[in-house]
Amino acid sequence: MEQLASLAPYVLILPLCMFLILGLFGKKMCPKVSGILGTTVFGIVSVLCYYIAFKYFFSGDYQIGDTFQKVTLFNMEWLRMNQNLVISIGFLLDPLSAIMLIVISTVSLMVHIYSMGYMHGEGGFQRFYAILSLFSFAMLGLVVATNIFQMYIFWELVGVSSFLLISFYYFKHSAVRAAKKAFIVTRFADMFFLIGILILSYYTKTFDFGPLTQVTDGHVEIVNSTMSGVTLLGFPIISIAVFLIFLGGAGKSAMFPLHIWLPDAMEGPTPASALIHAATMVVAGVYLVARLFPIYSFEAPHVLEIIAYIGAFTSIFAAVIACAQTDIKRVLAFSTISQIAYMMVALGVSGYGGVDGLGYTASMWHLFTHAMFKALLFMAAGAIIHAVHSNEMDAMGNLRKKLPITHITFLIACLAIAGIPPFSGFFSKDEILVAAFETNKWVFAVEYFVAGLTAFYMFRLYYRIFWFGEPENGYEHEPHEAPLNMTFPLMFLAAVTVITGISWAFGKFSFTEFISSDYSSYEIHTHWNIALPSIGAGLVGILIATFLYLEKTGRPNKAVSYIKKPYIWAYNKFYIDEIYLYVTNNIIFQRICQPIAWFDRHIIDGFMNLLSWVTNKTSEETKEVQSGYVQQYAWVFIMGVITIVLLSINL
Amino acid sequence: MNILSLFVIIPLVMMAVIFCVNGEKKSLIRTIMSIGGFALLCTSAYLTIQFLELRQIDSTSEFLFTESAMWYERFNIHYSVGVDGISVAMLLLSSIVVITGVFVSYAMEEKVKEYFLWFLMLSIGVYGFFISLDLFTMFLFYEVALIPMYLLIGLWGSGKKEYSAMKLTLMLMGGSAFLMVGIFGIYYNSIPEGSEGTFNIQEIAANVQALKANGGDISWEYIFFPLTFVGFGVLGAMFPFHTWSPDGHASAPTAVSMLHAGVLMKLGGYGCFRVAMYLMPDAAQDLAWIFIILTGISVVYGAFSACVQNDLKYINAYSSVSHCGLVLFALLMMNKTAMTGAILQMVSHGLMTALFFALIGMIYGRTHTRDIREMGGLMKIMPILCVCYVIAGLASLGLPGLSGFVAEMTIFVGAFQHPDLFHRVFVILGCSSIVITAVYILRVVGKILMGPVQDKHHETLTDAVWYEKVAAFGLIAAIAAIGMAPLWLSNMIGGGIENIAKLFTYGL
Repeated sequence: MEQLASLAPYVLILPLCMFLILGLFGKKMCPKVSGILGTTVFGIVSVLCYYIAFKYFFSGDYQIGDTFQKVTLFNMEWLRMNQNLVISIGFLLDPLSAIMLIVISTVSLMVHIYSMGYMHGEGGFQRFYAILSLFSFAMLGLVVATNIFQMYIFWELVGVSSFLLISFYYFKHSAVRAAKKAFIVTRFADMFFLIGILILSYYTKTFDFGPLTQVTDGHVEIVNSTMSGVTLLGFPIISIAVFLIFLGGAGKSAMFPLHIWLPDAMEGPTPASALIHAATMVVAGVYLVARLFPIYSFEAPHVLEIIAYIGAFTSIFAAVIACAQTDIKRVLAFSTISQIAYMMVALGVSGYGGVDGLGYTASMWHLFTHAMFKALLFMAAGAIIHAVHSNEMDAMGNLRKKLPITHITFLIACLAIAGIPPFSGFFSKDEILVAAFETNKWVFAVEYFVAGLTAFYMFRLYYRIFWFGEPENGYEHEPHEAPLNMTFPLMFLAAVTVITGISWAFGKFSFTEFISSDYSSYEIHTHWNIALPSIGAGLVGILIATFLYLEKTGRPNKAVSYIKKPYIWAYNKFYIDEIYLYVTNNIIFQRICQPIAWFDRHIIDGFMNLLSWVTNKTSEETKEVQSGYVQQYAWVFIMGVITIVLLSINL
Repeated sequence: MNILSLFVIIPLVMMAVIFCVNGEKKSLIRTIMSIGGFALLCTSAYLTIQFLELRQIDSTSEFLFTESAMWYERFNIHYSVGVDGISVAMLLLSSIVVITGVFVSYAMEEKVKEYFLWFLMLSIGVYGFFISLDLFTMFLFYEVALIPMYLLIGLWGSGKKEYSAMKLTLMLMGGSAFLMVGIFGIYYNSIPEGSEGTFNIQEIAANVQALKANGGDISWEYIFFPLTFVGFGVLGAMFPFHTWSPDGHASAPTAVSMLHAGVLMKLGGYGCFRVAMYLMPDAAQDLAWIFIILTGISVVYGAFSACVQNDLKYINAYSSVSHCGLVLFALLMMNKTAMTGAILQMVSHGLMTALFFALIGMIYGRTHTRDIREMGGLMKIMPILCVCYVIAGLASLGLPGLSGFVAEMTIFVGAFQHPDLFHRVFVILGCSSIVITAVYILRVVGKILMGPVQDKHHETLTDAVWYEKVAAFGLIAAIAAIGMAPLWLSNMIGGGIENIAKLFTYGL
């Protein structure tokens, strides 16, 4: 305990220092040095994270019976609002944060290594590593937050590092636009998050996750005792509060209709997409709901249901769009949205405690496996883009011989995401389907369909890149495999995907031992009655993709001609971006901001100018009286005297 | 001698020295200014440390370092000074802005001597205002601070400078007229029976409390509170009395904009709080709703207006309307947390906006335009200035780790503790400003700093020179220091707030 407590601060301090050092002095360093320095230091951070997680799970010091305990390794008062409300910066260790530490440190370390190759020779290499450090700091701080306000602080910090990474190529219009969009959309969601925090803390008088997630007798006592019975506009206030908090998470996790920023965010460098927009930051919303899960589960079950429906809709919506995109990074982006929605669904259909909490376990498990294989997919996509200098599918094809390592690892990741055993994705996806099946058949049906769709669009992507036939004009330069510092992370993550899957298959490893909704382990079995059909759905998807895209034929075009209208809609992402554009430009800017600015200049300021005009005019008019003619003055004087005399006589 | 008097004496000495120097020796004058500014900074830093130490020992007395000297016996006017946590914070802010303002003014070439003389006059007014405990001397310093503004803008400004200077001065003088009536109203009505009147703030506050406790007539508060609040509110850019701000800032020379937005506008908030609310708590409590509506409008209205401006200084001026609106808004929430947040916001906005105006001045000095449509891609050309600008923008939109976040969050959390639904609805409205702020900040950042280079002539421009770096880095360091370790400042301010907050129903 003491040992971990003394190590824990370094998990946050080291990346922060790295950010400051690289940010302030990066310019003076040679790029290579800054890259190696950043990677080495983050390597140390990863080791620390692994060590902490390992100790937590396996030393037995943190378990009572088979229940994991929440441990606060340190907690430092940062800002005191009043007697009750204190914002602290601390380190909370529980199964949830331990798992997240592993995910973040693994993916981030791989991205650090990968970027040495991918970003080689780019201007602003040091800046890239500085922001990467800032992001790692913020993300680690977010997951170990001891209170909801600490989470909000780091939540904003990951948002800004995402902004800085998307706008990395700041001289490109599209990158700047995408970065602005990402920041403003998530900021908009964060506003709801903040309001949610305000409402929650107003009643419970605490920010601390300790009491906020303490379950006693089927209730979160502090919430139940202060907020039950309070309603606003007919809705229970607690539901409003946690729904607003969920909206914050929905912004970061790109849930419909706040998903529009994520596809555009692909303008950033590919390693950044792999880290932020595939594996870590975008799952912050899922993490947020999981963190407050007892409140959702006991105090606001209806909100949980809404989350399930929003998740289900988002997953199918994004999957459909992914089928029609031609930019490989965008396919992956929509796939990410769809998969995160899957995790949300899992939380939405989950109950609390034991097997009821299967959805919770499955969600976290899917978060873990998805982070690994999706980061892998993005990095492989980066290697491909590196080789062919384009994001478009049309510029690719038949690359399997030219990029052998990328090919194999990409295939493994595709199989994993398509839910084919024994790869890791199969198991996590299967548990989500089981959980959905037990709770909500409609949601299950949607997710089942999405599973097939996922297999289809992923293999469409796979075949278009590695098979299908070379692009029409051939390749300008012969594509060649990426250097070792880029292929190593691919192989590493592929190994993780395979090993976790296989060890699960042989029963060596069960995720339910590590994480569950009430932190006590429980037993589950593979439900073959659901697993087999889901494998079937995946295989059907793959078969269709094989039929259409294995070789260059007229089949894809023919298939499209059958569904022309829907295809165009999906290709244009159902025009959601256009709706947003219309609302911001035509309504907010032209109907609100412009009139207000006009009102200010012409009415308010006009009134002030009118006052001065009136003053001027009055003095213009009255100055005639001061004519300077003595006769006139004398006449007025005498008449005045006479008037006064007459008046006083009368009185 | 009292350490507080140094804040008036040092600028006076500097004025005397500069007065004797030949106006052609510009670098000598600048050196004198830098040394003096540095001395002021040291004095306020020393004062802060001393204050914190003394607070440990003496936590009961409201003001520390008090001193009083009879000035005009007939009306019992004193030169009385003293500070609490709030004034110390404001003095620290003023010193930082003054010294950075001096560095920014290094580029000034015209009538340097006269410029700095007026500049010092302005700082005397500001410092004097913050240390005064006597209503009359406070008002005197207030006027001393306002008058130089007219000349500084009218002579050294740009654009429609005469119009702007006149407008700014007249509107602020209009506010002063209200204030004067308010101050005399307070003076005459707070005289307890059988004794003479006083201008001392602490004594007035005690008298008013005694009057209320004895069941005396306090209906006068309801006349003079609005007058005083509006009087100071004009300087605090409260809607609809804010229109001097965009024109005034747009025409003012860089350092004057900095000092004006950074410090002078804080006089408004400070006065609202120290005079209007402290001396007339009952009226403040009952009439707050009117001003909550007005300041609530300020917050959102300023932000929306800023979204469509094309002149960098206008954008920043409207953003100031929004941020300063938040200051008054938080004060009117009348509880300790929100009021602490208000003072934090004053400090934070002072530093941020000074940084903004400094950077805008530097960019304008190079590109000779402030129109955002005529600039683009400056990041490539002058990276240091632009990175500073991005940091200022991030501070302004409330990024954690920079001062804006601390202030805004304290305000929102504090204000939301009010049990009344009306207040909480307005807080939620205020929260929406964090999104709109992001919109206009990113609009500027995306337009002028990022993207391709717009104007080929800009490609040869140079990056910041040493004195510009000193100014920008100094302000950024202060912003980051507050943003990362806010606890001491918030505690120091909170200590001062308690004395006033306890007068209100939900104050503590």
